[in-house]
Amino acid sequence: MRGISKSFHGIPANQDISFSIESGEILGLLGENGAGKTTLMNILYGLYQPDAGEIRINDAPVRIHNPLESIALGIGMVHQHFMLIQNHSVLENIALSHKDTPFFFPTVKIREKLENFSASFDFNIDLTKKIWQLSAGEQQRVEIIKALLNGADLLILDEPTSVLTPQEIKELISILKEMKAKGHMVIFISHKLDEIMDICDRVLVLQKGKIAGSALTRDTDKISLARMMVGRDVVFNIQREKIDRGNQILSVEHLNVMGDKGLPVLKDISFEVFENEIFGVAGVSGNGQRELAEAVTGIRKAESGKIRINDRDITNTSPRHIYDQGVSHVPEERIRFGIAPGLFLYDNAILKQHHLKKFSKRYFLKYKDVKDHAKNLMDDFNVSAHSIHSQIRNLSGGNIQKLILGREISEKPQLLVASHPTYGLDVGATEFMRNHLLELRKTGSAVLLFSEDLEEIFELCDRIAVIFDGEFMAILDSGDRRLNDIGLMMAGSKRI
Amino acid sequence: MEDMIVSTLERAMVAGTPLLLATTGEVVCERSGILNLGVEGVMAMGAVVAFIVTMTTGNPWLGVLCAVGVGMAISILHAFTAISLQANQVVSGLALTMLGLGISGMMGKPYVGKPLLVKMEDLTLPFLSDIPYLGKILFAQSPFFYLAILLALAAWFLLEKTRLGIQIRSTGENPKATETQGIPVARIKYLCVLIGGGFSALAGAHLSISYSKSWIEGMTAGRGWIAIALTIFALWNPGRAIGAAFLFGFVFVVQYLLQPLGISPNFLSMLPYVATLIILLFISFKDPRRLNAPAMLGEPYKRGER
Ligand SMILES: Nc1ncnc2c1ncn2[C@@H]1O[C@H](COP(=O)(O)OP(=O)(O)OP(=O)(O)O)[C@@H](O)[C@H]1O
Ligand SMILES: [Mg+2]
Repeated sequence: MRGISKSFHGIPANQDISFSIESGEILGLLGENGAGKTTLMNILYGLYQPDAGEIRINDAPVRIHNPLESIALGIGMVHQHFMLIQNHSVLENIALSHKDTPFFFPTVKIREKLENFSASFDFNIDLTKKIWQLSAGEQQRVEIIKALLNGADLLILDEPTSVLTPQEIKELISILKEMKAKGHMVIFISHKLDEIMDICDRVLVLQKGKIAGSALTRDTDKISLARMMVGRDVVFNIQREKIDRGNQILSVEHLNVMGDKGLPVLKDISFEVFENEIFGVAGVSGNGQRELAEAVTGIRKAESGKIRINDRDITNTSPRHIYDQGVSHVPEERIRFGIAPGLFLYDNAILKQHHLKKFSKRYFLKYKDVKDHAKNLMDDFNVSAHSIHSQIRNLSGGNIQKLILGREISEKPQLLVASHPTYGLDVGATEFMRNHLLELRKTGSAVLLFSEDLEEIFELCDRIAVIFDGEFMAILDSGDRRLNDIGLMMAGSKRI
Repeated sequence: MEDMIVSTLERAMVAGTPLLLATTGEVVCERSGILNLGVEGVMAMGAVVAFIVTMTTGNPWLGVLCAVGVGMAISILHAFTAISLQANQVVSGLALTMLGLGISGMMGKPYVGKPLLVKMEDLTLPFLSDIPYLGKILFAQSPFFYLAILLALAAWFLLEKTRLGIQIRSTGENPKATETQGIPVARIKYLCVLIGGGFSALAGAHLSISYSKSWIEGMTAGRGWIAIALTIFALWNPGRAIGAAFLFGFVFVVQYLLQPLGISPNFLSMLPYVATLIILLFISFKDPRRLNAPAMLGEPYKRGER
């Protein structure tokens, strides 16, 4: 790609970017949230047209008008936000994207193909399930399979690992290395520097839409990459000071919850979360984390059991009522449940608070206050967007996440239920958010944290529960030595 | 009594045929995410064109062919405004209905009340039509009847069991994701609107050259609107549309059964419309997730927007 520039409504997202990639190379693409990584890749994939610059393949200039052409040129892409049809089965989704799908009875053939393929990549998903019944991690696996099955020469992966488990990431990395050995090219976008260092040959760093530098991974290290990206030093170890926990905030007793298929997914779960405590739930996604978060925040019905906030029974009351008890929620799928994509940034800044006195008077919103609040949120949480009048769907993925977190944290909740809170955030922002969670803990809130990122869990949590198949395999203090076997517990083969 | 039941059911099949045709077309169209409220107008166009061509050439099949062609051609208007211009689909569909009703009324003026001498022979299936009762109801009908059922089954097969079907349904569910898989979303939508238009016109042709064998303005009598309601009632599934259409066909003819009981005919002719309302009311109580409506139905889709 040479001299690529692209701006949206006069604001540049990519400026004069040139880079190249050779066969058998894995190129890492790094950059802060909103640096323009996704935009650049969308141009290469034919979703956007560049304002200037050209793309050359084997030295021949090409114009890629749409994904159909890029697929024909051997380019495949895993998008940052799932490009899946929610109401269709896994099979139908794969059949849609696969280039050799037969006209008649497409799903039959795809099923055969997948069975052959799963020898090398453990797919382990019920193919007849609908996408909306899958957890975020499972959906991401579907996305990866879609791209791998097409066997692209150049594979673009836009944050493919953000909700995968360490085991799944290992599998993916070994597949990528195999592809590299066969001469395929991969462009790998990630905020996890360890991964970048592990997989990539070369790294390209973007900053505010321009190239900030590039380096061979063997000549560089994490610290200097982070500096190149953020422009300052990033602390990789967050200090969690010891605080004694306070009163009980949340108590869950013998909770049973049904899944979307009408089968029990949470079986007799009991636990408490206290003031000044971060309670982490670790586990492979799809083992009931989503359902637990939804039950606590009132989105999903509890079949039996009791959920109490400050000793007040809130089982099966409305989400609004639960919110008013001081419970905030950062949902797993931010685009679907965290925002209203077509509304403006300032509308989204008060999605849940609109009924509060400070933002509305009788039937009218106090737009001035709302906008001020949105501006403050943007400043406090480093949300980068053109203005508060941007439609929220035009923000970069990480900035959407920052806004949601800001909205939920700024209310100083008694209990924050957060699923993958740093999903898709760059290293600087991750550090910032984790500090915010610790700050919340310090000021007396309770946090119920769901994450597949064990590093995050160990760094932040006071107590850790390991969930498998809807049951807690253990609830342990974070210093407990038995946590060395957390991998076994996540796989369900050990119980304490 | 027996005779009466058999003949009522037989006529229910006839009355259900145009509903089934139009519903099938609307199902295909809506599955691609385009709401087409132009059914009524396109149906009227199909009716008048089929009638005029059949009358002048004496060949009913040529009439059907021309009707389908015109139905597709006029539907391009809706496709263009809804897909290429991303205009509001409700407005554009209503415009198509008014246009169709207007033009057909004008074109048909000289033909009002003229009887059609050419007949489309009923297709009596050997052996099957000899089955007592059922034979007469199901196997001695006009070719349109069989055609409607075959096309509905074909549409079901297309949507559920082919690659194009997956592409159409995906387009209606999530055009953006579909486009990123390299599927030409706009072309698929155009195709589906055209298919829908062809089906509506076919329904109209059945009305004018087989059902009533004459043309008067307004003869479609709201059947296009009922087809749109039936699309919802059939949960966007052409297979279910078969049952839904013939159930409504029965509601259309049951008034003749009830008339001797002394109920006012004006009241009775209201029945199909009241039934439509009741069914829509019941459906709205259902869990929307189960309803299976295409997620992006009626939403304009613009490329390159996030
Ligand atoms: N379709 C669009 N319309 C308007 N602005 C856009 C559009 N797409 C991207 N932008 C803007 O371009 C900038 C770059 O966004 P991009 O998604 O490329 O960032 P990114 O590097 O992928 O960030 P992240 O790590 O958060 O995913 C952002 O400021 C975003 O708001
Ligand atoms: Mg991005």
